[in-house]
Amino acid sequence: MALALSSISALALITIFIIIQGAPIITEVGMFNFIFGMTWAPSQGEFGIFPMIVGSAAVTVGAVLVGVPIGICCAIFLSEFAPVSVRNFFRPAIQLLAGIPSVVYGFWGLLFIVPFIREHLGGPGLSILAASIILGIMILPTIISISEVSLLSLPRQYKEGALALGMTQWQAIRYVQLPAAKSGIVAAIVLGLGRAMGETMAVIMIVGNSVALPQSILDPVRTLTTNIGIEMGYAAGEHRQALFATGIVLFIVIMILNATAQYITRRK
Amino acid sequence: MDRNPKISIRDFNFFFDKKQVIFDLNLDISKNEIFAVFGPAGSGITTLLRALNRLVEMTSDAKAQGEILLDGKSIYSENMNVTDLRRKVGMVFDVPTPLPISIFENIVYGPRLSGIRNKSELNDIAEKALREAALWDDVKDRLNIAAMSLSGGQQQRLCIARVLALKPEVVLLDRPCSGLDPISTAKIEESLIQLKKQFTIIIAPHNIQQAARISDRAAFMLLGHLIEEGTNEDIFVKANKDSRTNDYITGRFG
Repeated sequence: MALALSSISALALITIFIIIQGAPIITEVGMFNFIFGMTWAPSQGEFGIFPMIVGSAAVTVGAVLVGVPIGICCAIFLSEFAPVSVRNFFRPAIQLLAGIPSVVYGFWGLLFIVPFIREHLGGPGLSILAASIILGIMILPTIISISEVSLLSLPRQYKEGALALGMTQWQAIRYVQLPAAKSGIVAAIVLGLGRAMGETMAVIMIVGNSVALPQSILDPVRTLTTNIGIEMGYAAGEHRQALFATGIVLFIVIMILNATAQYITRRK
Repeated sequence: MDRNPKISIRDFNFFFDKKQVIFDLNLDISKNEIFAVFGPAGSGITTLLRALNRLVEMTSDAKAQGEILLDGKSIYSENMNVTDLRRKVGMVFDVPTPLPISIFENIVYGPRLSGIRNKSELNDIAEKALREAALWDDVKDRLNIAAMSLSGGQQQRLCIARVLALKPEVVLLDRPCSGLDPISTAKIEESLIQLKKQFTIIIAPHNIQQAARISDRAAFMLLGHLIEEGTNEDIFVKANKDSRTNDYITGRFG
């Protein structure tokens, strides 16, 4: 009981701590100026995180665009088409993908993806695109495993009923099974969103970290998480508070995403 | 003996992996009759029905041997299109299986996939199918509600309507009334008797009484073997040729 409560109290302590640390600067600068301010210059007392919000959003959306189609196709393949032997090989392999430390992803991105983008597409290479690709791969295990489970947990009758109506296997998947598993798949996507948004280490290494509104997906950006990760080491005073306030914003967004995912899965 | 059977099963054997579930089956089923296949659980009846529209292939390691002819054409031949076959040979399952969409959409799904887009034509198809399945009066004012909100009996009639909307030639029913109350069962049986004018119906009844009530001909299967077949009168009224059939019908086992 005490041990169980301790995990909840950790959550409570973290929440209280970042609010106490971060709230003063938000009241001082003003909520609107903090969230929509365009300039981040802690030494001059300017704390506007809007470019980073845009950066986080861009990278997250990019990750979803990369990861979701691949992940869902993979889930369909595993749940519907793959022979048992292939499935037994793929599942642990995908779980393994989740176990790779994020710094390794970042390193790999820095060595391969970034130079590739720089040479073939232009720009500095350190970019939204690079981060989207790496994050897209990193959210695959979440998306694949949850989508696959929700497809497998459908009553067998849906598929058989559809096939007995003369649908092809693809039509059955497209028109019956995917819509029926929709809530699970949407939850998988939302959890993937949360994971992409919260990822820090890999993103720091490949996203470029310049605080500016991006003009294209080949531009570098800074995200909310990387902002904290980069500057916390030497921040003090108001600067430090502002990083905690960034954390509050991130915390709220991810809480909303997770709550949405739980709501969607439960509605089933 | 029908010289032109709708379905003709010849020396049919069926295996799941190495386990044989149907042995040397020979059966002819005529057009416009209700043919009941009955027997205790595990007699291969469900497998037989599923073999008739090749749905059984969904199970891995399933292997068929021998011939099943539909209008003289082998359904297991290379050039038989499985999708076409399943449209011709519709199936209703023991558990009602409406799709998680509205009543109307459940019925027009199949016709729409086969290329019918015209709204009024789809409406006509839906109404006709629902009338044939004796469900029209129950649902005519609420075709757009979710199919899952219907009662079990209504859902099953919806599943029958859904099959009829595809204008099949043969309708397979695998214990269609097993979870239903007597009134729903009676409604379904009435509509089946009406429907045999248009279709060939093969039913695995959920009990012997149902087989006796609605079948024109019937076959008794036991552990994958066909024990006896004949007209309704042969099987249920006269003395059976095989004592095992008699024992089963009179309730001495099963």
